[in-house]
Amino acid sequence: MRAARKKRLYLILLVVVGVGVAAALALNAFNQNLMFFYSPSEVNAGKAPPHHPFRLGGLVTDGSLKRLPNGLTVQFDVTDLQKTVSIQYTGILPDLFREGQGIVAHGQMRDDGVFVADEVLAKHDEKYMPPEVAASLKDAHDKGVTAVKAKEAGL
Amino acid sequence: MIPELGHFALILALCLALVLAVVPLLGTFTRTPAWVALARPLAWGQFLFLALSFAALVHAFLADDFSVLYVANHGNTQLPEIYKISAVWGAHEGSLLLWVLILSGWMVAVSLFGRHLPDEVLARVLSVMGMVSIGFLSFLLFTSNPFERVFPIPAEGGELNPLLQDPGLAIHPPMLYMGYVGMSVAFSFAIAALIGGRLDAAWARWSRPWTLVAWVFLTIGIVLGSWWAYNELGWGGWWFWDPVENASFMPWLAGTALVHSLAVTEKRGAFRRWTVLLALLAFSLSLLGTFLVRSGVLTSVHAFASDPARGLFILMFLLLVIGGSLLLYAVRAPDISRGGGFAAVSRESFLLGNNVLLVLMTALVLIGTLAPLLYDALGWGKISVGFPWFNSMLVTFMPLMVILMGIGPLTRWKQQAPAELLGRLRLAAVISVGAGLAVALPLLGDSWALGLALALSVWLLTTLLMGLRQRLRAKGGVASLWTDLAGRGGRSYYGMWLAHLGVAFFILGITVATQFDIEKDERMSPGQSVEVAGYDFRFDGVKDVQGPNYRAHRGTLQVTRNGAEVAVLYPEKRVYRVQRKPMTESGIDAGFMRDLYVSLGEPLDNGDWSLRLYYKPLVRWIWFGGLLIAAGGLLAASDPRYRHLLHRRTVGGAVPAGGHA
Repeated sequence: MRAARKKRLYLILLVVVGVGVAAALALNAFNQNLMFFYSPSEVNAGKAPPHHPFRLGGLVTDGSLKRLPNGLTVQFDVTDLQKTVSIQYTGILPDLFREGQGIVAHGQMRDDGVFVADEVLAKHDEKYMPPEVAASLKDAHDKGVTAVKAKEAGL
Repeated sequence: MIPELGHFALILALCLALVLAVVPLLGTFTRTPAWVALARPLAWGQFLFLALSFAALVHAFLADDFSVLYVANHGNTQLPEIYKISAVWGAHEGSLLLWVLILSGWMVAVSLFGRHLPDEVLARVLSVMGMVSIGFLSFLLFTSNPFERVFPIPAEGGELNPLLQDPGLAIHPPMLYMGYVGMSVAFSFAIAALIGGRLDAAWARWSRPWTLVAWVFLTIGIVLGSWWAYNELGWGGWWFWDPVENASFMPWLAGTALVHSLAVTEKRGAFRRWTVLLALLAFSLSLLGTFLVRSGVLTSVHAFASDPARGLFILMFLLLVIGGSLLLYAVRAPDISRGGGFAAVSRESFLLGNNVLLVLMTALVLIGTLAPLLYDALGWGKISVGFPWFNSMLVTFMPLMVILMGIGPLTRWKQQAPAELLGRLRLAAVISVGAGLAVALPLLGDSWALGLALALSVWLLTTLLMGLRQRLRAKGGVASLWTDLAGRGGRSYYGMWLAHLGVAFFILGITVATQFDIEKDERMSPGQSVEVAGYDFRFDGVKDVQGPNYRAHRGTLQVTRNGAEVAVLYPEKRVYRVQRKPMTESGIDAGFMRDLYVSLGEPLDNGDWSLRLYYKPLVRWIWFGGLLIAAGGLLAASDPRYRHLLHRRTVGGAVPAGGHA
């Protein structure tokens, strides 16, 4: 009985160590794969990492969609109604991509301040706004209101 | 009038569920046979009313009754009949109604096929399912009533989301729900056993076929969902690690662990507590899936515009179910005997290893799915977890699991002499490592990824063949295959065999389709050709066509290889009249060895279009593997030994003491 117990204990120890190592590796990899979301205001304030991919979201500015001469690259602006960032994307835009629509793009900043996207997401549901975009719009709106109030108070 | 009847039937169903959840359960304690006997008619009555209610909603859609808000939002007179019906579950309210209908369908199935069960076990199982049903019915009635009227009555409906107008999606949700809800049967068996304080091999044998069938549905649902995404989203992907996909994958992983651990509990009486925990986990993850899909807390391509009150309701329900069942488990677990002991090298050990890996993967997917919520709640920023992370996790743990999958079935229960096992495995190991190296080495194939995948698949295949040979030899030759299939225990084995073979196909499909696919985004003028993987795609321009409820630009592409015609593809870009949504309909030439896939981008000038062309080798093997897994599960569930039950003798008997060791 004692031998059997010992064996079982070793087995459990082995499993615990194995799971522990696996979990440590997984969590380490996890930290390297985290993708943060930034709004155009945050990007303008220089909060976004310079040489690391992140996600950028906002409303596509009306009239900003341009096609570059090669025919496949498009450039458009996204805004949180405070600041704007230009996005460049080569490839086919999703079906629901439209000006005025909330989108999320995945990519990296180029040195000239243009965000180069490798993926652009627009949603199935037209009424649907990506939660991050909704939050950043609300944030920007609140800041705008505060700024106006401050101005009024100053006058 | 009919919608009111539907609503009323729904209320009656809730009333019956309330009685069902309390009276038969109480009856099993007070030993009042009349109360216990109520379980069956109550379950049937509930099903009847829910079916009426569902029929009322279907009728409202078919009759274009836009005075019902839900129909006004999602129905349309121009919708083809088939999509009028699938529109019933095309959005939140109706899909929940389908959910409870399926739940009560499972209850009727349990009461029909569970005739051999002791009355009190059946009563408890149905009572627990009644409790789950109360939760969903009150959710439906109080937050998302599908029969709500609207005034003034709109002249035309808002139409089903065009993305969902696809045969694959008409059946994908019902299949997935069959799986999700089916896990409630395993859950209810576990809870009923915990309430009764008796978890033995008989319990495992009762709940095993139910778990298998639910797991099969879940598998088919996931496969269909993946196939639909591939067909319909137009970007050639088949799995996105989207929160909603993860929501169906987590119960599948937990369910897979449960199916295996139930096998041990049934055969050897071991792993009892673990099996119970897995049953609770699998259903809790199904509920979590519903919560994630319905509450809209996560960014997902599937997310519905949502209502926070609904999210809160499901969250409370989730807490109640998980908290309540874990509490019950904590109270009862110390009474559960340990069951049979086993040596360090034995089939039990390998199955334990497989279980640990599956649960680990479930936990990782859970972390990856919920991390964005957690980071946001703690104010650490808004994040998403990258696609590559999930992939690298899978690539890390899958090979370990596959190695165990090869060894497990060749190992004896309880104790196995290591030397004998090693001797048996040596040949398989040599063949698979050889095959892997052959394609991995620089001069030959030069792909380590393919080498690993091939080695794993060959490993599975050789060990499976060895197992088959061994089994048939013991039964008396190949001819005995049929008698073995007809007898007890045979189908369990061949089911396992088929499902594991499916995994071999799946691994090769995934690896080849992701490593060797070719994607080209091109600007093409009419008449121009582009070459992809030896196939010439000639673009013959775009024409306008009219569909029943949409108009479309339809492109024509002639595909040839070395001058011989291979296929003509017609990718479309549709605009649905009512919702005015553009939709890409890809042109696909499917084949067992490769798919050619084209989707239409946007019109440029001079009749030019941007087009996306793909060559996808072995992509069908992914779904073929998935279907083999499902077929294996179904074969195992049909094993005659679940039907000829001889467990009456365990009724009222004590737990067989766990002293095998």
